[in-house]
Amino acid sequence: MEHGSLTDESSSTFSLIDEDHTLANSVRFVLNQDPRVSFCGYSIPHPSDNNVNIRVQTTGDSAKDVLKDALNDLAGRCKHVQVTFDKSVTGFKATQSTNEMKVDE
Amino acid sequence: MSKGSFTSALNMPDVPMGKLPDHLEVQRTRVVCKADAPIHTEGIQFSGAYAAVGVDNSNPLDKFKRDFKIDVIRLTKDEMEFDMIGIDAAIANAFRRILISEVPTMTIDKVFMVDNTSPIVDEVLAHRLGLIPLDADPRLFEYMSEHDVPNERNTIVYRLNVSCEKGSPRLTVKSDQLEWLPDGSKLHEVAPSYPGEQQKTYTSFSGSQLEVSRRALGVKHKDITIARLGPGQTIELEAHAVKGIGKVHAKWSPVATAWYRMLPEVILLKEIKGEEAKKLVKKCPVKVFDIEDLGNGEERAVVKSPRACTLCRECLRGESEEQIELRRVRDHFIFTIESASALPPEVLFKEAVEVLHEKCDRVISELS
Repeated sequence: MEHGSLTDESSSTFSLIDEDHTLANSVRFVLNQDPRVSFCGYSIPHPSDNNVNIRVQTTGDSAKDVLKDALNDLAGRCKHVQVTFDKSVTGFKATQSTNEMKVDE
Repeated sequence: MSKGSFTSALNMPDVPMGKLPDHLEVQRTRVVCKADAPIHTEGIQFSGAYAAVGVDNSNPLDKFKRDFKIDVIRLTKDEMEFDMIGIDAAIANAFRRILISEVPTMTIDKVFMVDNTSPIVDEVLAHRLGLIPLDADPRLFEYMSEHDVPNERNTIVYRLNVSCEKGSPRLTVKSDQLEWLPDGSKLHEVAPSYPGEQQKTYTSFSGSQLEVSRRALGVKHKDITIARLGPGQTIELEAHAVKGIGKVHAKWSPVATAWYRMLPEVILLKEIKGEEAKKLVKKCPVKVFDIEDLGNGEERAVVKSPRACTLCRECLRGESEEQIELRRVRDHFIFTIESASALPPEVLFKEAVEVLHEKCDRVISELS
């Protein structure tokens, strides 16, 4: 859910249900990397409620688009972590199995 | 320079533009651990934080892709340690949090007691069963929502039927005595009115679960004690396992624990020689320091294995406080995962990253 104004798209608060620090803090980090963002932050209004509010204020662009870009960026980072991790694990397993073979000989 | 006065960074003689002065670079990339407390604990995330000195503090996706690195240190069936370099704490912590509370597993959730004359009361026994790690791949199963009927795609049925004969010694019930029922529950909701009458059971399997699981299911550890039975005591029950996440109950958590620490960095600010060096080496309980022989009978202390540093700060006590600086590298995480579920740790981590990816996609689709 988005709370913003109709006339000014550049600042909005996004209320996400079923999310917590896990996503909000990561998104805040990515938003902070974006030069279009003039302010961003998040809060969890009550620890027993399972929603989080993310505030995005930009220098002019639509806050919604900027948040979307941030989420895409974060998804891209995840993808890259997965690929890198896969490569490292495969590499490690390969060296380990050659080491074991040497022991067997 | 008298004590108390300071020079502005910009007035320092050799501050090249486009590069941060050393003290700010340390503040940006390291957490410094002083004798009483750490300083610069909070990272500086804002991309324009150093715009005034012409330094770009952002870490855009392409830079991230170029610099990000993972080194596997140790990998066994249940445990792995790896270095994750070039990532912010916010994302590393997201992975850790997801591993603990949002990667699904299959766990016993409902227990149907037929008979329990053991000294362990029903609810405690049911709780113990819930904590037993099952050897079932959660990726093959679906979540069961409130109105779903238990079927072979969302429920795994185990039966435990043990009794201790009268006159025999006490019997220990172990987890491997849980018997997997691939055809679903054998308990009837209503007692049959005549022998052999077909009554509805607590599950509605349309076929053998073997087609879903592709192998026989069991428990991960075969030697977990469930209960001890005295002569004449019996446990007969059926346990239904479902898919869930650790956020709902810790029994669904796939890891014993998952944690990270930042890479320690130990700096000798001054050369430490002779007796003092020997004292320093002896002081450190994890043998971070070593003695280097300089040849002409002189010896000096060197940092041998900073990675072992536990930050006990013993080396900072007393006179040596001004000689040593303990730091932690802000973007280098030593990640450890201890798996306590059917999946090996490397698969768990990939699942965790996938969960964060899905979270992003979910919010993107909600926004559009």
